[in-house]
Amino acid sequence: MNKTVNQKAWLFVLPVFVLVAFNAIIPLMTVVNYSVQETFGDNTFFWSGVLWFEEVLNSERFHDSLFRQLMFTFSILAIEIPLGIAIALTMPRKGPWVPVCLVLMALPLLIPWNVVGAMWNIFALPDIGFLGYVLNALGFDYNFTRQPGDAWFTLILMDVWHWTSLVVLLSYAGLVSIPDAYYQAAKIDGAKGWAIFRHIQLPKMKRVLTIAVLLRFMDSFMIYTEASVLTGGGPGNSTTVLSIDLVKIALGQFDLGPAAAMSLIYFLIILLLSWVFYTLMMRNEES
Amino acid sequence: MAKITLDGIRHSYMENPVEEADWALKQVDLTWDDGGAYALLGPSGCGKTTLLNIISGLLRPRRGSILFDETDVTPLPPDQRHIAQVFQFPVVYDTMTVYDNLAFPLRNRGVDPATVDKRVREVAEFIDMSHRLKERAKGLTADGKQKISLGRGLVRTDVNVIMFDEPLTVIDPHLKWQLRSKLKELHQRVKRTMIYVTHDQTEALTFADKVVVMNLGEVVQVGTPVELFEKPHHTFVGHFIGSPGMNVLPCALDNGKPILAGQPVAIANQAKGTDGKSLEIGIRPEFVSFSGPNEEGGLPVQISKVSDAGRFRIVETKCDGQTVRLLVGEGKEIPSDGARLRFDPANTRLYADGWLAE
Amino acid sequence: MRKSWIVPTAYIAFLMLPIYWLVNMSFKTTNEILGGFSLYPKEFTLDNYVTIFTDPTWYMGYVNSLTYVGINTVLSVAVALPAAYAFSRYRFVGDKHLFFWLLTNRMAPPAVFALPFFQLYSAVGLFDTHIAVALSHTLFNIPLAVWILEGFMSGVPKELDETAYVDGHSFWGFFLKIFIPTIAAGIGVACFFCFMFSWVELLLAKTLTAVEAKPIAATMTRTASTSGYELGLLAAAGTLTIVPGAFVIYFVRNYIAKGFALGRV
Repeated sequence: MNKTVNQKAWLFVLPVFVLVAFNAIIPLMTVVNYSVQETFGDNTFFWSGVLWFEEVLNSERFHDSLFRQLMFTFSILAIEIPLGIAIALTMPRKGPWVPVCLVLMALPLLIPWNVVGAMWNIFALPDIGFLGYVLNALGFDYNFTRQPGDAWFTLILMDVWHWTSLVVLLSYAGLVSIPDAYYQAAKIDGAKGWAIFRHIQLPKMKRVLTIAVLLRFMDSFMIYTEASVLTGGGPGNSTTVLSIDLVKIALGQFDLGPAAAMSLIYFLIILLLSWVFYTLMMRNEES
Repeated sequence: MAKITLDGIRHSYMENPVEEADWALKQVDLTWDDGGAYALLGPSGCGKTTLLNIISGLLRPRRGSILFDETDVTPLPPDQRHIAQVFQFPVVYDTMTVYDNLAFPLRNRGVDPATVDKRVREVAEFIDMSHRLKERAKGLTADGKQKISLGRGLVRTDVNVIMFDEPLTVIDPHLKWQLRSKLKELHQRVKRTMIYVTHDQTEALTFADKVVVMNLGEVVQVGTPVELFEKPHHTFVGHFIGSPGMNVLPCALDNGKPILAGQPVAIANQAKGTDGKSLEIGIRPEFVSFSGPNEEGGLPVQISKVSDAGRFRIVETKCDGQTVRLLVGEGKEIPSDGARLRFDPANTRLYADGWLAE
Repeated sequence: MRKSWIVPTAYIAFLMLPIYWLVNMSFKTTNEILGGFSLYPKEFTLDNYVTIFTDPTWYMGYVNSLTYVGINTVLSVAVALPAAYAFSRYRFVGDKHLFFWLLTNRMAPPAVFALPFFQLYSAVGLFDTHIAVALSHTLFNIPLAVWILEGFMSGVPKELDETAYVDGHSFWGFFLKIFIPTIAAGIGVACFFCFMFSWVELLLAKTLTAVEAKPIAATMTRTASTSGYELGLLAAAGTLTIVPGAFVIYFVRNYIAKGFALGRV
């Protein structure tokens, strides 16, 4: 669309700018401020330069959290995106079941995150939770509060439960907006299942899928509440992802300097990875 | 390559059609000869797209059957009927190049790569796309995309019929002419049956050798453009084709002769079997003229409006509250008062309940 | 393909199972819960719900949550509308940078901002108010609303605007009477997302409140630690937090299919 140049448009954007700037810039400056100072808890601060950044970047603790975070994010993307697309493909396109399906599927998205954590905690308890009880009855030695592997399994299963629907809804919306003529043309051209998916459905879903991948990437990278209620980062530190670690340092130990430096590094990683994702997916589209 | 026969086709989109009006297609019996250029013409909602989808196999009719030559194809899906279709909105596979788009129908059918290549290049030349084979189909303009859709039909050698569903809807006006004459030219080159669905009479009449006119779910007339113009079988055809359309004037019958405004009118057909039906005289404005001052008879009228249409003028006259239009050529005089109209008896016909009395 | 209903059905069953378990727990007595595994409540009780509806520290949590979520949704969408219009129709100095900067805020982890937010809102005297939570949630909801609405608005041809001006509408007359109804579906979807992300967020909401504006979800976590592990009560409170979400989805159910395509595909 041809846009006209109009500097007065800034007036329309101004309220948004003011509100977001108030919430983004002042706290960000606070974080930057902490990240370059040292304090001994008596409200006196000393300039410390990039000391905290060096400390965080070199700490094994940060490396471990970052590694766990990446593991978590890529696992859930690898499961939720294909699963979401597959479910969207098998959903009915019209009929009385469509709204029923959509409403039920959207339900997990609107449950407060700590309730999601609490619900899964109850659900997975080895003695009285359905999941834990059934797994143990089937002969698996399952206890997510004690075994790191089980904790990971439960965490990922919870996230799949919680968020796959977002991918389903976005993919489904992309699918139903494909005009019938495409399917008819494909039928006439003799295209079958995979070819239809590859050449019609996937290209037409591209935009919504880009949004789905970006949202899932960003949100999974920021996961805090559900994970902290479910496992609290444990057992040990086995499920301590970045946000959980950050809160432990900032609020638990009150190490403001390292916490602030870590916050900034954390934020920059998300920005960088989102940008990489975005450009990769968009370049693919243009070439 | 086949003759297509539609035998007693009826279709309804409702679960339980009760009234006659519930049927989108009331009753269609038609034969399409192999290699013909047909147009399916009618106003929006007359059932033409439904009929098209039934032929292509995208829809299965409630009643009746479709034969390709002598084979009953009614239960077959589109890909087994060997048909091609160009849709109203261009359908191209965005992610593929022009070449891959054209090759797609052949590759899906497992044709060997050498043949695919040969066919694609041949067809690309037909549709003037040889120089753009490597481009992404997504970047083409609407007319380019429509050519690709058409090309995907032409590339297959087994195609019985190519169907066009209002293919020029999204094309820029100045390119419409170009694409239409391209289609005509292609038809002469490939000699495939083509069915062109449209609500635009100019498109239909310029493209087709034979036009099928539909209204309210039925076929009202099949004929060459000249037949449709000169001898409409239904007042709808007379009205829908031609600009301005045919004059349709309610009349009475006296002793087997139609009477209009108290005067007998000479007609070209017979007024038999018309008892109890509502009667109308149909005559095209082209066949109405003013009577000369010395001629006897004629229908006395008042002139209410004259509009200039270039080479001729359209004159609107009133007679007994009814409007009669006629065309007056350049340089001919329009009488100021006491005007009387003369109907050409060879092109004046009587219609009973809309249908030509026979 | 005839059997394709199996996949969505199995998926929905998987989604419903943990929810059923929560509801199941909420109707059990503490004794039964601690007594062992059971698929349905054997001693059916409504006590947990009665407690919640009669104790203001519980039910005020719902009122607080709904209040700040409501304020946030209205505020976010109201300011996002003109901004999205500007982005979809005009070019102006810094437009692309501004748009990108807005989106980067959607990527800011709440954990990073929790402490600075606490200090900021304490400093301006808004700590423990509904406004504070509503304002803090605009950080991620405004960018999202602008993004969604811009997509819908770009799908509306510019000719609509021009025709309206030719017809003699003033800008605001056109915007309020013609344009907003045209993108009603988009506004519905934007409201849905704002409601959703504000309703489900807890970290900031908890950090910015103490007593007066404490969200229900925070009440739950504190109860769990102070008054022992009352699972039944916790489950009942959790069940009740699902209800507003279910209502909201029910209202937008007709927009979900097309609306989630976000205007242009």
